[in-house]
Order: sequence, then structure tokens, then C-alpha cells
Amino acid sequence: MSMSANLESPVSFAVGARAGRFGVYGGRYVPETLMAALEELEQAYAEAQADPAFQAELDGLLHHYCGRPTPLYFAKRMSEQLGGAKIYLKREDLLHTGAHKINNALGQGMLARRMGKRRIIAETGAGQHGVATATVCALFGMECVIYMGEEDMRRQELNVFRMRLLGAEVRSVSTGSATLKDAINEAMRDWVTNVRDTYYILGSALGAHPYPTMVRNFQRVIGREARAQILEQEGRLPTAIVACVGGGSNAIGIFYDFIGDKDVRLVGVEAGGRGTALGDHAARFQKIDGGVPGVLQGTYSYVLQDDAGQIATTHSVSAGLDYASVGPEHAMLHDSGRAQYTSASDAEALAATSALARTEGILPALESAHAIAEAMKMAPRMAKTDILMVNLSGRGDKDMGILAREMNLQGAKG
Amino acid sequence: MPIEFKKRPGIVAYLTTGDPDLATTLEIALAAIDNGADVIELGVPFSDPLADGPVIQRASGRAVARGVRLTDVLEVARQLRAARPACGIVIFSYLNPVVRMGMKNFCAATADAGVDGVLLTDMIVEEADEYLAEMRANKLAPIFLAAPTSPDARLKAIATASQGFVYAISRVGITGTQQKVAGDASQLVARLRTFTEPRGIPIAVGFGISNAEHVHAVGKFADAAVIGSALVALIEISKSSQAPAAVGRFIAGLRA
Repeated sequence: MSMSANLESPVSFAVGARAGRFGVYGGRYVPETLMAALEELEQAYAEAQADPAFQAELDGLLHHYCGRPTPLYFAKRMSEQLGGAKIYLKREDLLHTGAHKINNALGQGMLARRMGKRRIIAETGAGQHGVATATVCALFGMECVIYMGEEDMRRQELNVFRMRLLGAEVRSVSTGSATLKDAINEAMRDWVTNVRDTYYILGSALGAHPYPTMVRNFQRVIGREARAQILEQEGRLPTAIVACVGGGSNAIGIFYDFIGDKDVRLVGVEAGGRGTALGDHAARFQKIDGGVPGVLQGTYSYVLQDDAGQIATTHSVSAGLDYASVGPEHAMLHDSGRAQYTSASDAEALAATSALARTEGILPALESAHAIAEAMKMAPRMAKTDILMVNLSGRGDKDMGILAREMNLQGAKG
Repeated sequence: MPIEFKKRPGIVAYLTTGDPDLATTLEIALAAIDNGADVIELGVPFSDPLADGPVIQRASGRAVARGVRLTDVLEVARQLRAARPACGIVIFSYLNPVVRMGMKNFCAATADAGVDGVLLTDMIVEEADEYLAEMRANKLAPIFLAAPTSPDARLKAIATASQGFVYAISRVGITGTQQKVAGDASQLVARLRTFTEPRGIPIAVGFGISNAEHVHAVGKFADAAVIGSALVALIEISKSSQAPAAVGRFIAGLRA
């Protein structure tokens, strides 16, 4: 049976409830058992948002514990070498635990505490969200269980050690491709089973409402700071902003406060992996062999899948971008054209890692290196007066094992 | 065909379609009906069955690996309908394969195959406007899940939107066997009755119902019991050629 007619109008799947919709995307597609918990969460989050004391405590912890505001750094040498736009790096890599993930984990951890939940679960891909969650649980004295794909545990082993050191239990997931998607499945199974006393700290702007909105709001601080910083340093807004997109939380976090500034280009960079065939990448917005709208893990968005609706396997050198779907707000920004989405390959990300390390002395996470790779393509084509802002969402210490293998650094084994 | 439970408790048999293969699923379904099952739930294998325990995860994984598609499941339904005109047939699926086919195409093809009802694991009543409209247009019964955690307002919406039966989940958690029927189940069914009784909609209880003792216990407060993982596990350990007979004996023993 041919489905091609249906595929040409991917947004024909009509919208039901309005709650948590980004255009036609988003919504709530979960087993009924979770609905009461999602309604409770939505209510508790609305109350926390309206409570000045909650925001004040969050701001205080972000400042004194996490190190916000993070710098907006002018990468002078890299800008000069590329010979085009002035490149600014938003240094989320300098944040406590080494990535933007702590912004959201801290906010949700405070919400869980406010709701009286003592048991926390989370999924993690690259391990940064797992480390951030384990950190927050240590800070608040809460029980912490992290689900992580077996493949990701192997390639991000240092983060597994960090989570365990922080007192978290790391449970390996061997189903499917044993990566982020499978870890989310297992976390959701845990949540369905222990829903009465467990809070699920979802790590990206994904999943059922209210998660995509809540995670974006906890990550908005990146863009809010960056906007004020660039106005202070340059007296004007950037020409373009570039961020990597796995689930898309760092990207939506830096984009959000610029969405109304129509002259600021927003560019999301997906994982191009090792090729353009389905299964070789995680570029959901790729035109051919990319994603089509569907439902995965609670939300309606672009999903890499076969023509029978089975979710496709994905590949990326970076565990944090290796995911078959994407946050629903990005799906909306894609369709409206407000943001453009492109991809960087494994090889380009590795080259960008090395380039940034050698020109600026900054080692980016492999995820963030995808954004650097795109900036390296864009900057030379831009005017010297243009400003290119890149969200450096995390640092690369966790990737030493992969880098040693992939780049044959001297002294590396095998 | 309306879904009917002639004896109490009725038996709903869940099968992961295409495990071990499509022809055997059909034979197993026939054996289940001939030994007392009232309704067959034909499960659509999915790559990411997040509401399922290890048994159905494995079966689903095997069927996906064999390339079993939603259209294949509908073909099994068509053959089952031709062979047993009076049995109840329900398509049981995660949402994405249905979205990929298109809701309109799916409902039309499902009705055309002679199916009675549909249960979509990750479709909640609030998101179901288009689904319900297409189901109505094709005279199909939408069956929603009700959970022990669902407050009364949700149970009311679920009972109002459902036809055929309401599927009451016996306990919080994923599919799979358990030692005994949880106390949650009878309380949930009692709360649901307030909303289903005026509409004459029966209630089936599922999740963890795996033997005659459980079925007997469910029969005291509900209209039907759903047997899922226990059957799928039996099929997993049986030779293909012997699976239909094994399932037939198992079903026959449930009301003994």
C-alpha cells in the first residue's frame, strides 16, 4: 500500500487539545497511567512559576552554585583565521558540571522537592544531563536513578563514573540501539511503574506537555544573558546564532529571546553522522531520508522512521545528538522558516573540535562542536562587521576516549 | 460486529501479530476463539513499546525484525474475520504506525478488514478529536485505557469516549505477569462503573492477568479479563507448529 500521498502533507494529522502545542506539534501522547502525573506536574510548575521565592532561589543557585552568568567570549583568533564574521561564544561549557544541562536539572530538581517527590529518575545520552541530575540530587539529598544506553555508557564512560561518584545509580539499557531513545523508553517504564512517588527529570525540550515548555523556560536564561551581553559588548544584536540540536534544549534556550528579532538568523545544527542514508545520521530535518512528523515518546514532531512508522536507528559520533526525534518547538520553527536547520558530519565535528582547541584553547563537547563546524562554514561567507554567536553548550573533557580513538592522538591505544 | 462478552468473565486475548509469523498468529487466534476467547486483540509490533514489559518487548522486537507492518496486521484481521464472523477483533497499536499511515486511511482500512475496535496505547482522550471523528465515520469502536491513577473526571471522559469496552489497567506499571490481581483493580472498576453503567459499556481488566485464578478474581468485579503477556510468553517458548494448540488449551483452562 502506497503512503506517498500522505507523506507530502505531513501536517495533516490534526490537532486535538491546545495545551502544549507549538503550531501543530507537541501535545501529549502517553499511556493513561501518566496523565494524572503530567497534570500534577503542570499545576505545580504553574504555581512555582508564579512564586517569586522559587525564582529567587533558582537565580541564587544558578549564580552562586552554577556560576551564572556565563561569559560571552569574543573568539578573536578564530574570527581572524576564518576571515569573516566576528565569532562570539556563549560559554555554557564553563557552567558547573560542564554543560547547559544543569540549568534545567536544577530547576526541575527544585520543582520535585517542592512537590514532595523524593525519588528522581532521568535518562541521559552523552551523560551530561545524567551528571547534572545526579549533582542536583546530591545537593538536595534525593534518591537518583539514571537510565543510560549501554552503547552510550561505553563511549561516555567518564560520565558514568561521575554519576556514580555523586551517588546516583546508573542503570544500563541494552534494548534497541542502546542509546538515548532507549534510555528514555526505560525511564518512562520506570515512571509508569513508580509514578506515585517518582519525579522524572527529562533532560531536553522533548516529551509530553508540559516538558518542552518547562525545559525551554529553564534554558531561556542562556539567550536572555547572551542578548544583554552582546548589546553591552557590541551595542547591537548578532547577525546569526548557531546551536547544535539533539533534542534541542540548548538551541531553544539561546534562540528563544531572539525569536522576535526578525533580523537575527537562527541556525540549528543536527548530527550528520557518517552519511545521508536513514540510519547513518540524526538529521531529522534533512530533506531526503530525513524525518517526517510522527509521535515518539509523548510528543508530535519530526521523527526518523521507516515507511511503516517504525522508528529508525540513528548514528552520531556525539551521544547527545544521537536521537530519532527533535523538540516540537524546533519542528514549528523549522516549518515557519524562522529558524534554519542544517547538519555537520562526524568528521566535520571532529575537525571543529581540533580547530577550536588549537586556535582558542577551548575544548568543546562533540555535541557543541557541530555548532562550531557550522560557524566555520558560515563565518568566511559573512562580512567582517557581521556578528556570529555560537552556543558552546558543553565542554569536551568527557569525550577524551572518543577523541583519542577517532583522531589517533599519539599514545592512544587501538 | 458488536463486541460482546457472552459469558462472565469474558476473555480478551492479546497477541503480538507476526510473532512467530503471520500465518501462525492467525492459527493461534482461531484456536483462542474456538476455546472460549470472545475478543482477539491483534497487537501491532512497534520498535519502541514503552508501555510494555520484557515479554511483549521481545515479541515486538522479533516481529519488527521480520518486517511485520500495520498493513500485515490488518490482513491477518481480514482473514480472521472471514474465518470467524462472530468474534470480536480489536487492533491494538502504538500511535506512530497509525499516524504514518494517516488517521483517515487507517480507519478506513481497519473497517474494511472487518475489525470492530481500536485501542491506541499512547492516545489520550484530550488528543483524540480527529481519531474519534474518523472512527465514528467508519463505525469502529474506540477503546481507551483507564488507569488506577486516573481521577474521576478523566474516567468520565474515558467512559464517554469509549465504545465496545473500557480497558481498565489493573495496576500502575507496564505489561507483564504478577502474582495476584492488585487491589487497585477492583477500586478502579468500581469508580469506572459510575460512568460506564449508564451507557451500558462493559469493563475489561488487563495487565498482569495470567491464570485461571486471576480470571476468576477479575470476574467478581469486571466483565472481562485481558490475557496478554502470559499468552505471548507461552508462544515464545512453544514451537510454531504447537503454539496454536498450546494457546487453545491455555484459554480453555482459564474459565475452568
